Amino acid sequence: MFDKFRDWGKNRHDYAKSWKERTGGKVLGYFCTYVPEEIIYSTGVLPVRILGSHEPQDVTEPHIFGMFCPFCRDCLAQGLKGRYDYLDGIMIAQSCLHIRQAYTSWEKHIPVDFKYYLTMPQRVQSPRALPYLVGELEAFKKAIEDWTGKKITDKALDKSIEVYNENRRLMHNVYDLRKADKPPLSGEEAMQMVISSQMTDKEDHNKELKNVLNGLEKRNTGRETGVRLIILGSEDDDLEFIHMVESCGATFVIDDHCTGTRYFWNEVVPEKNRIEAIAKRYIERVPCPSKDWEERRRVPHILKLVDDWKVKGAIVIQQKFCDPHELDIPAIRKALKDKGIKNLFLELDVTVPVGQFKVRVEAFLEMFGEEDLFD
Amino acid sequence: MSAKELYKTKPLGCWNKAKEIRQNYYLDYAKAHERGGLRWAGGAWTFGAIPCGLGDDVWSITSEPYSASIANNKEFSMRCLEATERAGYARDLCSYMRNYWGSVILNEFLWGGPFPKPDFIWQDHICCSHAKWYQVVSDLEGGIPMFTIDVSVGPYGEVNENKINYLVGQMHDGIDWLEKVTGRKYNDQKLIEAVYNECRATSLWAEVCALNKAIPAPLDEKTMYSLYVLGTLMKHSKIVADFYQELRDEVKDRVANKIAAIPNERCRLMSDTQPPWGFLSLFRYLEQYGAVSIGSLYTFGLIGIWEVKPDGTWGARTTPQEKGIVIKDRDQALRILADWNLSKPEWQHFYSPHLKTEMMIRIAKEWSLNGIMLHYNRGCEGLTVGIAENRLGLIEAGFPVMTFEGNMGDEREFDLTKTMARVDAFMETLGLKK
Repeated sequence: MFDKFRDWGKNRHDYAKSWKERTGGKVLGYFCTYVPEEIIYSTGVLPVRILGSHEPQDVTEPHIFGMFCPFCRDCLAQGLKGRYDYLDGIMIAQSCLHIRQAYTSWEKHIPVDFKYYLTMPQRVQSPRALPYLVGELEAFKKAIEDWTGKKITDKALDKSIEVYNENRRLMHNVYDLRKADKPPLSGEEAMQMVISSQMTDKEDHNKELKNVLNGLEKRNTGRETGVRLIILGSEDDDLEFIHMVESCGATFVIDDHCTGTRYFWNEVVPEKNRIEAIAKRYIERVPCPSKDWEERRRVPHILKLVDDWKVKGAIVIQQKFCDPHELDIPAIRKALKDKGIKNLFLELDVTVPVGQFKVRVEAFLEMFGEEDLFD
Repeated sequence: MSAKELYKTKPLGCWNKAKEIRQNYYLDYAKAHERGGLRWAGGAWTFGAIPCGLGDDVWSITSEPYSASIANNKEFSMRCLEATERAGYARDLCSYMRNYWGSVILNEFLWGGPFPKPDFIWQDHICCSHAKWYQVVSDLEGGIPMFTIDVSVGPYGEVNENKINYLVGQMHDGIDWLEKVTGRKYNDQKLIEAVYNECRATSLWAEVCALNKAIPAPLDEKTMYSLYVLGTLMKHSKIVADFYQELRDEVKDRVANKIAAIPNERCRLMSDTQPPWGFLSLFRYLEQYGAVSIGSLYTFGLIGIWEVKPDGTWGARTTPQEKGIVIKDRDQALRILADWNLSKPEWQHFYSPHLKTEMMIRIAKEWSLNGIMLHYNRGCEGLTVGIAENRLGLIEAGFPVMTFEGNMGDEREFDLTKTMARVDAFMETLGLKK
């Protein structure tokens, strides 16, 4: 049922190349989910998120010092190895210091037609952030128009916003089904779905989502749900890890990842000023910890996910050296603990030591059975 | 002078004054409440001129210099770092932050007594850790009112009205917030004075650094650390602006009389990022080779404000008062403050390491350098961001580059012996012997 999503994710470069052939359009690689894809898509350009490949690599050492996160180095490695040679442009929306190095090294060493650093505000909780972002998005819109030679009309923006909103609604529908006692999909399948949405034409993705949703509610996965888990933390597209945990008697029923809910949770609420509507969406979306201050708004959001998806345990996972998440994790773990949610903390690298992690995950999951043990 | 001594040298006359200003700064902060005043905490880059409008009895503690002082006290630093780790914070986070948190957790002030809790937090944000640093401080202290200004609007070359408005809007909100939190009426005249002071102080510091273009260099970087720090404590104060004026005059005199920082200057270097504060002896080791570190983008541009002069060289930025600008109201003062700070050299590389490489190449040329030592500093993601690209760019421009790994505030991540061996090898490539 989720094969297409898995294939799109696995063969992302083939998809993008054939999309180019099919449409004659340009492809823009981006580094962070704060990039306003709606504006890009309205010109007929395909935005694709640049992700790593989870292979050991030795090409980024001269470019990014090893104290920065393995994810940003893995992303750059893909560019240096020529795997994204079909990209016509790259861009980043300002978030953490780590990932921006993948962008700044890429723009210097890998020639592309178009490059753009969007100074997305960090203090999204300030009332000044919205008018500021509107100004920055207007400038970005003009840069995209100049690059593509296409004027962005309100009609084109409306269509783009609707395609993106539909995608978000459909993925919400899928996620809602995970609230069931026996979720009709695994966490691995959910992650494949979201990841593939970041690298495919949303119209293609919407079609496939509708197909999947047709029979999903009644689907019997044939597997036990086990312990209902939430996974949360840094960028995580490590399907092998998710698969391993779910093979140990647990199911991820919800997440707080930028390869998951944080990517699609909020819609653009249409209004007359389309750019302002888009800006609001990115200001108000579930924040990355790099933007979650002075108040920690992610914490109550995570606790609500825990309630709504009837979560029993949490795996808190973090890219090694990811400062923004490291700065939030003690507060999040405390909030989970105070709520009686057991949690396990793990640190990710580009390659995951599945064997070692499995021992820790199994020990963690055994804790949920201890009441039975002493009955 | 011995055969090896090529130049005269003598200690700085204003040295003790610098020490006194620094000591009083921490004392004033600690005793603020006894004197009926207020205390605030924030980063070295925060807009310290703004809380000046609350009155003359408002004292601050800036986080990075305080943490650097802790790092210099290895025993206390270790206890701070371990206390932070016990509280569940990752060991690879900013080591300044970890030292500071440790001091709060242990409730020990470096200069004795319990950690003096601030009445409010006044922070800026350009590095991922800035706002989050104080979010945690507020957690640890059971809640402290906090206001942070996001300054990450892009490099100075791209600043426009929209970006300035974002900063200035937050500053206006911040003043309203300060009035609400402290219950005090805000005095715009005091703000205006502080803005003038800040422009004067930070321009004068750049002028001092520019004087180091002279051969022999009148100052070495180890000495400069003890001087630039005043700007990281209270760049907006008249005391610091006046001190930098006195220092500038003394350094000018040293240049005129060829009084060197080290008597055997044969090789001129620059470093990059904060040094490992517990191991400043590294700079004295360089001197055995006749090598002087004349500064760095870090010492020049962390607080110094620069501009390109008509002859194309780098010099101190012309202050508003030198341009005859009279600041009339709050909004104008804030606009000047925003624009002034956005031109800070050490804010540029947050958007592109290539901008930093250009500035470093400029320094290497204008300060007549023979080589560059890059500190791959595991303690500071903000200033180490892009450093590997800086290395590539400097090599491409033809400058010999040495790198060493370390940590400004966590001695467990610095190996002095190994670093000295690297220095030996680097000196050999430059053709220098002890």
